[in-house]
Amino acid sequence: MIRVDGLQKAFGDVKAVDDVSFEAPDGRITGLLGPNGAGKSTTLRILYTVLRPDAGSAHIDGVDVLRDSLGARRRIGTLPHGSGLYPHLTARENIAYYGKLYGIAADQLEEKVDRVIRELDITDFADRRTKGFSQGQRTKVALARALVHGPRNVILDEPSNGLDVMATRSLRELVRQLRAAGKCVLFSSHVMQEVAALCDEIVIIAAGKVALHDSPDGIRHSTGCDDLEDAFVKAIGLAER
Amino acid sequence: MFDTLRIVFRKEVLDNFRDRRTLLSALLLGPLFGPVIFAFAINLSLKQSLSDASEALELPVLGAQHAPNLIRYLRSHNIDVTEAPASFGAAREAVISGLHDVVVVIPQAFGADLAEGVPATVSVITDQANRQADREARRAQQAFEAYSREIAAMRLSARGISPLAVRPLNVDVIDVSTPSGRSAMLLGMLSYFFIFALLTGGMNLAIDATAGERERGSLEPLLSLPVTRDHLIFGKIAAACLFMAASLAISLVSFYVTLKFVPLEKLGMTPNFGPAVVGTAFLLLLPFTLLGASLMTLVASFTKSYKEAQTWVSVVLIAPTLPILIVSLLMVRPNTALMLIPSLSQHLLLVGLIKNEPLDPQHVLVSVIGTLLAGSALAWVSARLYRREGLLG
Repeated sequence: MIRVDGLQKAFGDVKAVDDVSFEAPDGRITGLLGPNGAGKSTTLRILYTVLRPDAGSAHIDGVDVLRDSLGARRRIGTLPHGSGLYPHLTARENIAYYGKLYGIAADQLEEKVDRVIRELDITDFADRRTKGFSQGQRTKVALARALVHGPRNVILDEPSNGLDVMATRSLRELVRQLRAAGKCVLFSSHVMQEVAALCDEIVIIAAGKVALHDSPDGIRHSTGCDDLEDAFVKAIGLAER
Repeated sequence: MFDTLRIVFRKEVLDNFRDRRTLLSALLLGPLFGPVIFAFAINLSLKQSLSDASEALELPVLGAQHAPNLIRYLRSHNIDVTEAPASFGAAREAVISGLHDVVVVIPQAFGADLAEGVPATVSVITDQANRQADREARRAQQAFEAYSREIAAMRLSARGISPLAVRPLNVDVIDVSTPSGRSAMLLGMLSYFFIFALLTGGMNLAIDATAGERERGSLEPLLSLPVTRDHLIFGKIAAACLFMAASLAISLVSFYVTLKFVPLEKLGMTPNFGPAVVGTAFLLLLPFTLLGASLMTLVASFTKSYKEAQTWVSVVLIAPTLPILIVSLLMVRPNTALMLIPSLSQHLLLVGLIKNEPLDPQHVLVSVIGTLLAGSALAWVSARLYRREGLLG
């Protein structure tokens, strides 16, 4: 479970995140939706502790990201925006490297790497060097790398960027599997359809503030729009006024 | 801590061993470049200076018929007198155009002047800006002066005066330099080649720690792992140190091999550069790897891209020359205070080693500890910088 309370973060004069609060429960897919530059990535970066907030707090399974950042990081699997792999290592080596850094014991490492390779359907290209992989293959390996230690919470920053239709479908399938396994999935996107197709809960962020937080149906209802895209535009318009 | 460090270290070593570009520059071009260029340049200049004295000098002489005795004297001193341009003007032109390096002109009045005891003129036309021509001209001049002295001695003897009367002084220069000492002057610049090779060895790894990871998009996921950034950066610096040490070792060994093909002993130099010296030099330079790796990592962490990092890190390659250059110009003798300056201390110790002088244990200790301390301080600063939020770019 991920909880965010009154997060604030400014870069110089620009307030990237301005009092953002929400909760992403276990066994649900929570989507952070918003236009480019709304503060989605900044919020996620604070959650996986590469940025420190100016004010507010965030907890991963009750662990404070500020007080115990290592403990918080241990409880999440992260797929940052534009996640890169090491081109001279094979997919398996890339995943194993992260497995070791997550602190997986040597005698369990091989089994865990094998399992995640099977689950994400990477077997065909697991022992090839990642140089020259397609964007879809790259995303899968990066995701496998983030899941190798079996985290309870998964944070994905614009995971479907640059993926073709088939790769997007298989990514959605994977995200649903994570939900079925009872994990807390938090992901960001600026694509309405994607969020609509996948999320149980939607947090619409605009200009660093939470504009709406509800289920897809609830959002349709509260904005009075049948079409989610219209609802999205309306919610953002309200926030930016 | 050591777990993380070891994991990062091993991954970096494996990753870079598979990168052909890194391998080529770190373990081949960097270490071999210096010794090969050095050996080539030395060989060339040796050949020139060795051949000069023994080979006959071809000397075009205009008006040779006016001084048959002088010409005979020149021939007996390994100088071949050849056909010269027809006039003084043509001779000048020939030297200016580079057709001849030196032309000697003997005027018609030469014989008469000599007979009357008036100084007889011999003109040596040369281009002193041309090193080869200058050397030939000097050889011709020396021959003329020797001839002049012989004539003078005969004239004095004829008047009943001992030729020794006009030689009140006998200047005797005694050279106490040893063959290894003479070679130290030449081989002194070697220390820079070794430091250069060492630094090139870890360059790509140092850049990769920040700029490379960032450009590849692998920095952010790496930093979101449950390990402290200090351990990540120390693992990377350690891997860079290993590559630097490997590069240094290859450079030393390749130089050892190269020296066998350079006929330094013909110049009266016996470089003290055997296997024992190679081993000692490696150990003396080893502490510099930590300093080099940390400094390069530090410099690279300020840059925005791989390319920019390469530019700035190349500046680091030149930095160690400065203390060496300044001290070589000032001709300072090694002392304990100088041993505190990294790169300079290694240079001075290495020169002493090549000169076959005993190593001063205190100097070695100060050099090793001073360099390691400076390296640790820089590693600490790089770790501090690795904690910045701005690192993500």
